[in-house]
Amino acid sequence: MKRWLSVTWLVFLASVPLWLTDLYVLHVLIITGIFIIAAMSLNLLLGYTGQLSLGHVAFFGIGAYVSSLVSLGFEVHLLPDWLVKVEAKPVWFAMLCGIILAGLSGWVIGKISFKVRGAYFVIVTVSFAEVVRLVALNWVELTQGPMALNNIPALRLGIPGVFEWHFLRKPANYWLVLAVAVICYVLIRRLVHSRAGRAMVALRENEPLATSVGVNVTHYLVVATMISAAMAGAAGALYAHYVRIVDPDVFLFIYTVTMVIMVVSGGKGTLAGPIVGGLIFGLLPEMLRAAAIKPEVQWVIYGVLMILVVYFLPEGIVPAVRRWWQGRASAAVGATARPPAAEAAR
Amino acid sequence: MDQLLQHGLNALILGGTYALLGIGLTLIFGIMRVVNFTHGELYSFGAYMMFMWVMFAGVNFFLALILAVVLGMMLGATLEFLLLRRLRGADIDTTMLVMIGAWIALQNMEQLTWSGVAKSIDTPFPSAPLVLGPVSVSWNRLFVFVVALGLIAASYALINRTRLGKAMRATFQDRETAALMGVEINFIHTATFALGSGLAAAAGALLGPVFVVYPTMGDLASLKAFAIVILGGLGSIPGATIGGFILAFMEELGAGYVSSGFRDGMGFLVIIVILLIKPTGLFAQKERIG
Amino acid sequence: MTTGADVELAVEALTIRFGGLTAVDAATFEVRKGEVLSLIGPNGAGKTTAFNAITGYAAPAGGELRYRQARLNGLEPNAIAALGVVRTFQKTSVFTGQTVHGNVAIGLHLQSKQRPLAILLGLPSVAREERELAEEASRILRFVGLEARAHHVASSLPYGELRLLEVAIALAAKPRLLLLDEPVSGMNPTETASFMHLLARIRANGITVLLVEHDMKMVMGVSDRIVCLNHGRIIAQGSPAEIQRNPDVIRAYLGERYARAHG
Repeated sequence: MKRWLSVTWLVFLASVPLWLTDLYVLHVLIITGIFIIAAMSLNLLLGYTGQLSLGHVAFFGIGAYVSSLVSLGFEVHLLPDWLVKVEAKPVWFAMLCGIILAGLSGWVIGKISFKVRGAYFVIVTVSFAEVVRLVALNWVELTQGPMALNNIPALRLGIPGVFEWHFLRKPANYWLVLAVAVICYVLIRRLVHSRAGRAMVALRENEPLATSVGVNVTHYLVVATMISAAMAGAAGALYAHYVRIVDPDVFLFIYTVTMVIMVVSGGKGTLAGPIVGGLIFGLLPEMLRAAAIKPEVQWVIYGVLMILVVYFLPEGIVPAVRRWWQGRASAAVGATARPPAAEAAR
Repeated sequence: MDQLLQHGLNALILGGTYALLGIGLTLIFGIMRVVNFTHGELYSFGAYMMFMWVMFAGVNFFLALILAVVLGMMLGATLEFLLLRRLRGADIDTTMLVMIGAWIALQNMEQLTWSGVAKSIDTPFPSAPLVLGPVSVSWNRLFVFVVALGLIAASYALINRTRLGKAMRATFQDRETAALMGVEINFIHTATFALGSGLAAAAGALLGPVFVVYPTMGDLASLKAFAIVILGGLGSIPGATIGGFILAFMEELGAGYVSSGFRDGMGFLVIIVILLIKPTGLFAQKERIG
Repeated sequence: MTTGADVELAVEALTIRFGGLTAVDAATFEVRKGEVLSLIGPNGAGKTTAFNAITGYAAPAGGELRYRQARLNGLEPNAIAALGVVRTFQKTSVFTGQTVHGNVAIGLHLQSKQRPLAILLGLPSVAREERELAEEASRILRFVGLEARAHHVASSLPYGELRLLEVAIALAAKPRLLLLDEPVSGMNPTETASFMHLLARIRANGITVLLVEHDMKMVMGVSDRIVCLNHGRIIAQGSPAEIQRNPDVIRAYLGERYARAHG
């Protein structure tokens, strides 16, 4: 039954470009989809593993920049007399580089997170993202700094002579983003419902107990961060080859905040949470803009919303809805008070 | 050599205000364990208060300074009372998220009220700098330095020489015992947050006239304040003071001799390197991590 | 000091210091295969500290810790668990947000062989193993008597059952040496008696048990041997009967406690 529901939902989502005539709305959906991928990846780290990582935008931006640079080709002096020249590579290869390098930086952060805990870790991750932003801004020779990387090529996939997909127009990008989002969702779901996922949750809930039954803390922190970072890098690469301009603003802290809001309000540690949160906070700006509300007011609303969610729905929207639904179901059946099944059954 | 002296002097003056930022945050982060993302907003609030009172209301510069600090303390107290009191026992990510929400709301309210255009504030100081041999310093900056030192000394005295300070330190070391000894915990929390916010507002009020005032000025200030607190160790006022000066020196020397575009990045690199070597900060005191 | 094949855990001259305080001072004892050894002593005698050192949560200042022939000094707790040495905690310690079944499933971490790549690819071997692990978790819950609570959230359990859950989690890690830190503290007499039966069943499965406990009735009832600590030093070791008669022990704390337990 649940399978059919998912397939129907997926078919519906896939059909959108076929009947949606407003290209601007399609654009909004694509950007929202990219953010949802980033939010899902953050959820793995923040929600499931319980790591207060506030530098997530760094992985997104690294994916975007690396993918762009490799697809454009670049020359840079690593030392005054050492010129490194890289020819432009096919976009799919560039995207892979973006994902891998984002994953590697995730590995570094993961290693650090074991030594540096709690609030200090928050600060390290924020600082890391800021450093990367400043590097992107100031290493003009490589990144063009604030002048941005332009004319980034779009993805081309195919077998020469047989067929070729050129992901230039919006519908094609929509399907690409949808495909990547589905893949990421499936990967995360498989991870969560496995021994690795249980280990991550164990670390979040009770680390000393987790180690006492054999969970290797460093190993799982690193794994979680790496996968999370690689997915965020994928989102960044998708972004770069869709909007085809990338500048250091892609590293702004405000985007990390957006992802955090999506994950927390949707429900951290649930599979559906980042999707619900992503849809709400991806589409909300557009609805507010349509109502002619200034962006500053919109952000004030976001800030207040986040506070309200933390106060009244501390677990997020998805768990709250689930609990309400279960409350209704058991009331209808007339069952006597029975402790609710835990969120572990996701 | 002259260049070095000038950088050194600039760093000294900058360090004073950085120390204020750091002390304010170490009180909040150290005592209350709140990852206070609104600290930078109090900083810009202080600056905007100066702008409003001096440029709009025509109030005397020095009076406006006092007003800015007092209003900053009141804003801090309000934030604590409204937002944090209910979250007293909650875990650190919950309070952090609430602080992020408050930060976004505050910053955008500032943007709405005063627009994003940078503002400058008139000062009563002569514009010609004071020349001391090979180095020169503007009167404004000198004033900033003197006031900052005064506030640092006052903070130190408050924490170490007064009953209020003793109560704060007791709450920091062991909340339950302090409560049992009759310390009014709620009041201490509000007072501490107000004090820390007041210091941030003071830093902003002092530096606002030196530079310009714009809505996002608090962001870097926030991050630097965290850097300073980590350098100096959670809850340590001497540590935050020293940390503030160290950061200022690194920025000035880095900007002068390495790359001026990257000067703000110095602080963050410092944080990362230090935490890698000593995960609890340089002058670690009674740390309880996370 | 027998160094035969029947020694499970060898603790030699274990010394643990915190700042200026010597919590454990040159303690030497051994745990033999299949026995139940109890560590007793007044509060602050160093019992839990010794546990922490043995299982990797505290670094000894001196001494040797050996499980069978493997040296435990300096190993991380998860590595020690992988050797077959598993502990419970003095303060109630479960995964509060998970179901009872989920808690035990986490405990089965070491029994699982899923590789990350297989997980991500969604290979059928992963699903198969998940089913097997779920079965095993249910079996463990039946063993401790918690099967009725399998799908309840851990935080909803009453205190006595929480302590049973802790033991279930530890058992899931398939220990050969099980360290129980005050497992019946706070339990009423019925629950304690029930736990003693459980302990007998654990023992019947060939698991060696090292126990820290204050409840003298239980200690005397289940232990093969007893080690008594006071101020970080071992003041006596021997059979329950020997310990009861030992003047140092009686002087340290046992005398009135035992009388009260039997009175």
